[in-house]
Amino acid sequence: MRFAYYPGCASKGACPELNQSTRLVTEKLGIEIVELVKSSCCGAGVIGEADPDLQLALNARTFSQAEEIGLDIMTICGTGQGIMSTSNERLKEEEGLLPRINGMLKEGQYNGRIDVKHLLWILVKDFGLERLKERVVRPLSGIRVAPFYGCYILRPSSVLGFDDPEKPNSLESLISILGAEPIDYIGKTKCCGFPIILEKEDIALGMVSANILEAKDAGADCMVTPCPLCHMNLDIYQEKAGARAGKRLSMPIIHLPQLVGLAIGIEPRELGFSRHLVSPASLLDKLGA
Amino acid sequence: MRVRLSIQRFNPALEEKPRFMSYRVEVPRSATVLEALVRIKEEVDGALAFRASCRQAICGSCSMEINGHEKLACKTQVLTEIDRHGEIKIAPLKNMRIVKDLVADMGPFWHKVRDITPWLIPEGYGTIAISPSTMKAFDNSDACIMCGACLAACNSNEVSEGFLGPAALAKSNRFIADPREGNKKERLLNLQDENGIWDCVRCNFCVEVCPKDVKPMEQIIKLRRASIQEGIRWTKGSRHITGFLDIVRREGRLNEAAMPLKIIGTDIAGILRIIPLGIRMLIKGKVPLHYKRGIEGIKDIRRIFRERGL
Repeated sequence: MRFAYYPGCASKGACPELNQSTRLVTEKLGIEIVELVKSSCCGAGVIGEADPDLQLALNARTFSQAEEIGLDIMTICGTGQGIMSTSNERLKEEEGLLPRINGMLKEGQYNGRIDVKHLLWILVKDFGLERLKERVVRPLSGIRVAPFYGCYILRPSSVLGFDDPEKPNSLESLISILGAEPIDYIGKTKCCGFPIILEKEDIALGMVSANILEAKDAGADCMVTPCPLCHMNLDIYQEKAGARAGKRLSMPIIHLPQLVGLAIGIEPRELGFSRHLVSPASLLDKLGA
Repeated sequence: MRVRLSIQRFNPALEEKPRFMSYRVEVPRSATVLEALVRIKEEVDGALAFRASCRQAICGSCSMEINGHEKLACKTQVLTEIDRHGEIKIAPLKNMRIVKDLVADMGPFWHKVRDITPWLIPEGYGTIAISPSTMKAFDNSDACIMCGACLAACNSNEVSEGFLGPAALAKSNRFIADPREGNKKERLLNLQDENGIWDCVRCNFCVEVCPKDVKPMEQIIKLRRASIQEGIRWTKGSRHITGFLDIVRREGRLNEAAMPLKIIGTDIAGILRIIPLGIRMLIKGKVPLHYKRGIEGIKDIRRIFRERGL
């Protein structure tokens, strides 16, 4: 199983522990990844706000790099997945769009032949949950995990299409396979607030505290997310959000591959938990890890 | 077929809080949720309150929360819902005051739409021919039936009830797209403040629930683009976009640590406020310091930006 690996900006910037844990987990599971070292930012929907064609060109450029080595792309960022899925769908389906965008590229052309898949989808479908179950050596028993999907891995569902946006199940089934108990709460498909944290901090912090408090009330020991932007907002801004809401939140936020890594026997200190602002020590203690 | 519906009942004049009641009714396999509700009202409980009128997704009256998501009862089939969710659970639109049972107070929703001046302010008088290509610019923003589903689903509105919200802003773009409109710049200027276009968090819920494919979030994005093109660039929201472009053009990737300064600019108090968190991030190794040269292949990325005039 081989994929062209698109690390995205966050795992190369503020969330190096995501890149680190992804590499360890894929290596241990035998999923071969070839990093697209020349790939750029996907635009995150922000570049598209100013110039939709520019965002399409940046993504077509990345797609052409994967096409050249004949591999589908693996993403580890919910936002990247949403933007790249949307771009790919448009490039493949809209008449006349691909030649026009290719006209903006110099180093390679995109022929509309690759798919873009999130690590979560690859683990659930391509690798397979049954196979993953066989690799679990440290079942996460006794741990209650709140899945936090975020927006772009689910919506717009007309393009993403892996999970039912009204009733997603991929994170829940993955959490169960790893031996932990997934908990249910309404906020699991809501927005983390990250896109406006810098300009509308009050609204964004309100989202952080509302989602975390809901998970906490439902009995969660930690939250797990397939999106590093959600991770940034829920982890980095958690203390601030708690102060604003007048509540102590102390909820460890775990990247998807970190949770998988714990269960398949990778040492916790290798998974980069020390980089989190909210310490997951309580969770690791509970696991006896 | 015989189906069970769990319906939220609440009479604020008599009760402290809402409760769910269960109803069993016989409906045809092709029944919509609205048909089931009508049957309950006619045959089981005449006191059940809900709004409905056209029964064909034109009037927007019967929007409600069906299995946790905003839908028109007349456009939603009983069987499809049971297949998808295993049950049918109905509540009024959320984040609105409940008048009775499934009837939500739409007052604040109407006021938000009124606040964007939802009528044409023409530039002079005369005849303007509207071609099919001109109609394309409306991009369905004129298809709204004012059902309020998008506002109930809006994540920003949930934590900040002053936000104008998806329907009102999509309506606003309907006039920006109209070649007859003479007040475009002022319309945009009125949307820059608190509660305007920059409060949208781009969660896509409005796009997902809209029964008429208005794609409100996409309309808000167009308003943001139009604002920047009109030279309205002093808001933090517009600086987020221009700053983001600057960083990616220079480095090929977004450096999150460089974003705050792009947005705060030279506001000393603002800079002082972000320093404590910045230091904690630095200690935790969350501030990348190696971007300056740019990623491999940065020259090609800069070329693409340059050819776009950026």
